[in-house]
Amino acid sequence: MKKLMSMIVAILAVVAGLALWSANLKKTQGATGGNTLNFANWGDYIDPALIKKFEKQTGYHVNQETFDSNEAMYTKIQQGGTSYDLTVPSEYMVEKMIKANMLIPLDKSRLTGLKNFGSLYMNRSFDPGNKYSLPYFWGTLGIIYNDQYVKRSEVEHWDDLWNKKWRGDIMLIDSARDILGFSLVSMGKSMNTTNPTTLQLAKTKLDALSPNVKAVVADEIKMYMAEGEAPLAVDWSGEAADMMWDNSHLHYVVPTEGSNLWFDNFVIPKTAKHLKAVYAFLNFMNDPKNAAQNADYVGYSTPNDAALRRLPKKVQNDKQFYPDQDVIRRSEVYKDLAPKTVGLYNDLFLEFKMFRK
Amino acid sequence: MKKSTTNAAFYVPYGLWLALFVVAPVLLIIYQSFFDISGHFTLSNYATYFQSGTYILMTINSVVYAFIITAVTLLISYPTAYLLHYAKHKQLWLLLIILPTWINLLLKAYAFIGIFSQDGGVNGFLAMFGIAPKQFLFTDFSFILVASYIEIPFMILPIFNGIEELDQGYVNASRDLGAKGWQTFTRVILPLTMSGVKAGVQAVFIPSLSLFMLTRLIGGNRVITLGTAIEEHFLVTMNWGMGSTIGVVLIIAMFLIMFLTGERKRKGGRA
Repeated sequence: MKKLMSMIVAILAVVAGLALWSANLKKTQGATGGNTLNFANWGDYIDPALIKKFEKQTGYHVNQETFDSNEAMYTKIQQGGTSYDLTVPSEYMVEKMIKANMLIPLDKSRLTGLKNFGSLYMNRSFDPGNKYSLPYFWGTLGIIYNDQYVKRSEVEHWDDLWNKKWRGDIMLIDSARDILGFSLVSMGKSMNTTNPTTLQLAKTKLDALSPNVKAVVADEIKMYMAEGEAPLAVDWSGEAADMMWDNSHLHYVVPTEGSNLWFDNFVIPKTAKHLKAVYAFLNFMNDPKNAAQNADYVGYSTPNDAALRRLPKKVQNDKQFYPDQDVIRRSEVYKDLAPKTVGLYNDLFLEFKMFRK
Repeated sequence: MKKSTTNAAFYVPYGLWLALFVVAPVLLIIYQSFFDISGHFTLSNYATYFQSGTYILMTINSVVYAFIITAVTLLISYPTAYLLHYAKHKQLWLLLIILPTWINLLLKAYAFIGIFSQDGGVNGFLAMFGIAPKQFLFTDFSFILVASYIEIPFMILPIFNGIEELDQGYVNASRDLGAKGWQTFTRVILPLTMSGVKAGVQAVFIPSLSLFMLTRLIGGNRVITLGTAIEEHFLVTMNWGMGSTIGVVLIIAMFLIMFLTGERKRKGGRA
């Protein structure tokens, strides 16, 4: 009996100890010292050599944590328990975080190198005047094709995807807004449509695409395309860059009707405690030399024009990742939609996935 | 008196575990399911579930797939378990069957991607006979095959235990009394091992209702089950209420299956 009691006490003690430890961990996620920077970033989204260089130059210690979706990062910050100083949400999430009063405005007087940014990438609708955010990388949504099976001229428009020739040939990225979005664009509608009837029409049009769709997958799409599993895919330019790195037969097109223009941006959440380190880091990353090195490593399109000019001519003139200005102008940035509309997008997307001719 | 309190105390750790990690999460899920996306108390999630054709269709899909997976695993597992019973190095064979369950599900799924892909093993084999590359990934066939492969050990083990418990004397007696092989099987062996079959069906059918990882990796989201919808509601829409509602429906389905396949309480125990 005594033994048993002590066992129960031991279990409870372990539980209490774990709870205390985890609370402690949450409080100090990363070191608490004054010279740290707690940076929440997407996985493999910064050149590690740059972090080393920054630490060496400034003496700050960068404590990087990764997330794999905007929503996961949002929930984590909103529920408390984190002490991130800097994070990198996409544009619609920036808007959502501003609305939720979760961000600290940028103090422009402490920032250098703002003039390096191209005017096309600043002052966008999700954060007018860049009060809260600085663009980190940007890109588009488009079509990836394998030149062994597909000619470029066959996929210049979104409507080309509906061609009967591509039976079971297309892979789609598993993202409700992007897939319904290109269906909307192909109908000449906005990617930010909230009208349920229009959305229903876009979904009906997608149903007609169903026989051509081989699969709707997430990150694995990169591996599948690189291995030549499918000749066509719809995905973001950043992911396309990764695929093309692995398979030289792949190419990326932004259809002429326009597309989505996305931005990943630096923002300072309200949980930030090391503002000095944050500004030192932002200024370090704004430096054209560092930004160029980072763009070279990550392979995404940089909004830092001064950095772009430092990249090889081949990259600068690559229309796949730095499309003509009028293509950018024709493309739309996602707005943060009301939860109900987001729900509708996702329900329609689920219905599309379930649709079998 | 002292003895009985000691016995009761032995249940405390187990009770604590149940309360903290089984009952509490279930209650939380039920609680969550009564809130809509803006945090108001409502029953609308359940109304949506049962009124929208989408979720009903998804439920039917899930049940049909889970049924096929269970049937396939049962058809393979029963003879396997039966042969295993008479095999020579029983423990070794059993270990070989259990071994794959020690490998992470994700790794096994990726291995199958390699096997089924356009230039994977299966297509390489078919190419020797000049049958052009066939599409295996993202089909019902590959989804059911991989899901069955993963669930088979969970079906074999309970059936094997059931057969092990079977007294060989019954089988001999039935033969002595003139029953043919098939009759012995249907009249004696099968009824006496039914509890193992039921345990196996429970262990396979319920997880198969919500295999969301495989539906995406192997099924390419061309196969949609309730698990897909739950994942979407928690990770994308942030509509935890609707996600929880589907969870509650799955839990109820689980109890139904347990009830239907469970042992009816009868005095005198089994048989």
